[in-house]
Amino acid sequence: MIHHDVIVVGGGLAGLRAAIEAKRAGLDVAVLSQVHPGRSHSGAAQGGINAALGNHPEGRDDSWEKHAFDTTKGGDFLGDQDAIVQMTKDAIEVIYEMDHWGCPFSRYEDGRITQRPFGGAGFPRCCYGADKTGHYLLHTLVEQAYKHQVKLYVEQYVCKLIVHEGICQGVVAYDMIRGGFEAFSGGAVIIATGGAGRIYANSTNALINTGGGMAMAYHAGVPLKDMEFIQFHPTGLYSTNILMTEAARGEGGYLVNGLGERYMEKYAPKFMELAPRDIVARAGQTEINEGRGINGQPYVYLDLRHLGAEKILERLPGIRDLAIHFEGVDPIEEPIPVVPSQHYTMGGIDTNVDGATIMPGLYAAGECACVSVHGANRLGGNSLLETIVFGRRAGADVFRYLESRPDKRPPNARAAFAAVQAMEDKVEALARAEATENAYALRTEMALVTKEHFGVFRDEAGMKAGLDKLLSIKERSAKVGLRYTGNVFNLDLIRTLDLEGMIDVALCMAMGALNRTESRGAHYRTDYTKRDDANWLKHTLAYYRPGEAGPRLDYKPVTLGYFEPEERKY
Amino acid sequence: MAEITFRVKRQDPQDKKNPEAHWEDYKITYEGNLTVLEGLFYIQEKYDGSLAFRYCCRASVCGSCAMYIDGAYRLACQTNVKHLDSAGSPDPVVTVAPMPHLPLVKDLVCDMTDFFAKYEYIMPWLIRKSPDPEKELLQSPKDRKKLDMPIDCILCGCCYSSCPSVWGEENYLGPAALLKAYRFEVDSRDEARKDRLSRWDNERGVYRCHTIMNCVEACPKELVPTEGIQWLKRAAIRRRLFGRLK
Ligand SMILES: Cc1cc2nc3c(=O)[nH]c(=O)nc-3n(C[C@H](O)[C@H](O)[C@H](O)COP(=O)(O)OP(=O)(O)OC[C@H]3O[C@@H](n4cnc5c(N)ncnc54)[C@H](O)[C@@H]3O)c2cc1C
Ligand code: SF4
Ligand code: SF4
Ligand code: FES
Repeated sequence: MIHHDVIVVGGGLAGLRAAIEAKRAGLDVAVLSQVHPGRSHSGAAQGGINAALGNHPEGRDDSWEKHAFDTTKGGDFLGDQDAIVQMTKDAIEVIYEMDHWGCPFSRYEDGRITQRPFGGAGFPRCCYGADKTGHYLLHTLVEQAYKHQVKLYVEQYVCKLIVHEGICQGVVAYDMIRGGFEAFSGGAVIIATGGAGRIYANSTNALINTGGGMAMAYHAGVPLKDMEFIQFHPTGLYSTNILMTEAARGEGGYLVNGLGERYMEKYAPKFMELAPRDIVARAGQTEINEGRGINGQPYVYLDLRHLGAEKILERLPGIRDLAIHFEGVDPIEEPIPVVPSQHYTMGGIDTNVDGATIMPGLYAAGECACVSVHGANRLGGNSLLETIVFGRRAGADVFRYLESRPDKRPPNARAAFAAVQAMEDKVEALARAEATENAYALRTEMALVTKEHFGVFRDEAGMKAGLDKLLSIKERSAKVGLRYTGNVFNLDLIRTLDLEGMIDVALCMAMGALNRTESRGAHYRTDYTKRDDANWLKHTLAYYRPGEAGPRLDYKPVTLGYFEPEERKY
Repeated sequence: MAEITFRVKRQDPQDKKNPEAHWEDYKITYEGNLTVLEGLFYIQEKYDGSLAFRYCCRASVCGSCAMYIDGAYRLACQTNVKHLDSAGSPDPVVTVAPMPHLPLVKDLVCDMTDFFAKYEYIMPWLIRKSPDPEKELLQSPKDRKKLDMPIDCILCGCCYSSCPSVWGEENYLGPAALLKAYRFEVDSRDEARKDRLSRWDNERGVYRCHTIMNCVEACPKELVPTEGIQWLKRAAIRRRLFGRLK
């Protein structure tokens, strides 16, 4: 058994920022990650990170209050306003901090950080480094983690929480390099495992974004919140769903249908291409569904040609490379074929503004958590911000928790050994199982069901049919087995273990969506097209029921207090 | 439907019965496009669950999937089999091997411990001596431009694996770590004096580079580590003569 004061699961922006904060408070901190932290999905983020710095010439009147309002409205008033205010206030400070740590933001002539317009924002407040902001931020935090001597355990696949007398005391991990399961015990655990995009077949997310951290918390009895709110990004590459950042539109790119029209005119005449994502994604899907895709094909164009080679090369070089490599299209010469693609998990592990869950000792931050600041629809540039703001807050609160906790006994060794034993038993059973189902086939099937039945447009009949399919996949998943039982870098083991959690997370999403008889943000129902504040201005909570197929659903009120819900017009 | 053969170098040093490297062929059928990474998943799912390889972003930004494909350093996720020379033949065979000259974990997974130890050794973080300002540290676009090349490094290891000086001297820091040193020394906000210099201004560092340029050829991000290394060599001289690096 390995012991540290704090165990952070995940080395993306949220995990690293939490670890650095806890370390600076004097704690002994370890980060466990399935991939080297510098390879985390955060590094794929392109567009930028929001903060009301007021550096842009048209952003002088910007303020954290306006940022808070845009965020609340963009999220269709489902976000908790105390959390939103906290985030937009902290934003300014954390950006300067990232700059002081060396983050290479792009610069104005006077040396200040550049900002660009982004969707749903009243002012240009998205701070950026070319179109590689996530890569730059992530590497800056990796560097700081090394500097602060945070202990990194790389290529450790975490699969279970250690819970003793209702308190979280560590995790069990599969050591991908040396093989075998090991207990990592700690006074507190921070889950920062990112989103669950891969429960969809058409995701922009990294291949390891399987929602494992959400599933671990869920199985330990912590509720998942607002899982039905899945963001679809309007511009994923047609053939691979690889993202073309919103910054492409922030810099002036057009969306064009098969008739050559800038179709956003019909849907958001004022904000046009820079309306919030849910609206732009629905618009694109409508054009495609009604036969106005390019040459009748199921995609539309993102056209950047009028920006000119110089601007594209300076501001959007990464996008250009991706379009060339993965779609065979050079945006300087040709428009890019794009489709709405699953992009972001608004929901996640239910936490308070300090990242604490209902289970003592268990925290969550980043995309795997739901504080909630994004409500029913996240604004571009707010997610990178969330990871850093709430990673930092979680790291600080862990210190307070460990100081104030009355029970200072070390983690219970027997509970740790039992948890390792449970994992070993489970894997042994999988190895011995006479598999009649194939884990990879089931995973593919599940991801196609979510894509088809829980996409941009939803309705009762479609979702019911989808839920039935998911339930049957869940049943069949009990009959999978391992095909390879080697100890080292066993991808068969990891991908098979992933499956259970992915299906359970998908079920939370599906049941939450079916139950919510309204349209709000990214959750759009063709049979209930209006937002219904009287009945549905509330968060969904999904609780695990051992032995049952799906979750128990409960609800809790949204924290208001700053802005009254109003109709969204863009 | 198209068909292609992947000839994959397999080795499990832990396997007592068969610890040696050997090649195995797998037939893959696909429609439209196929990346090497997709091909590897096809093999892992359909033929052999034991195949080991690294992956994450599948969009050429995370640096996980660096391999030696058809005799060149490439990112598996970025490599469309159509663009390989082998694709032209009627019965195409793509060879996929781990990055050479690195210790092996299994199959296509190399041991990157030394690579990251050297990265850490070089002190890859901004060193400041003055107190932080209330707002950002100002940096002119001209100074910021100097960072464009080195900050695009994804730590994939291709350059490191390709460098003859690394093969010959296991303590040599290698192109990626030195490029990182350059990234900070050249940053107008960095206030390191001797801090980092002592780590690269020696025989383990820049003087071990003989400008053979393999690293430039190998880098899938088209970066030029040698540009950084040359800058560092000149900076060391500047420092001796004028007492400053930049
Ligand atoms: C293509 C793309 C572009 C984006 N662009 C923007 C943007 O411009 N602006 C913006 O605000 N947001 C953007 N987002 C969203 C944003 O990037 C993510 O929400 C955010 O980076 C998530 O960070 P994280 O730290 O929560 O998780 P990640 O960065 O996903 O990190 C998760 C970590 O957890 C580890 N992990 C996961 N499971 C396990 C396990 N079982 N065991 C051990 N370790 C595990 C992983 O190894 C990894 O280190 C973008 C998203 C995508 C997909
Ligand atoms: S130029 Fe220097 S670093 Fe690059 S391969 Fe040659 S010796 Fe190695
Ligand atoms: S310099 Fe290029 S080859 Fe070397 S690690 Fe960085 S990205 Fe990879
Ligand atoms: S999987 Fe990330 S670079 Fe290939």
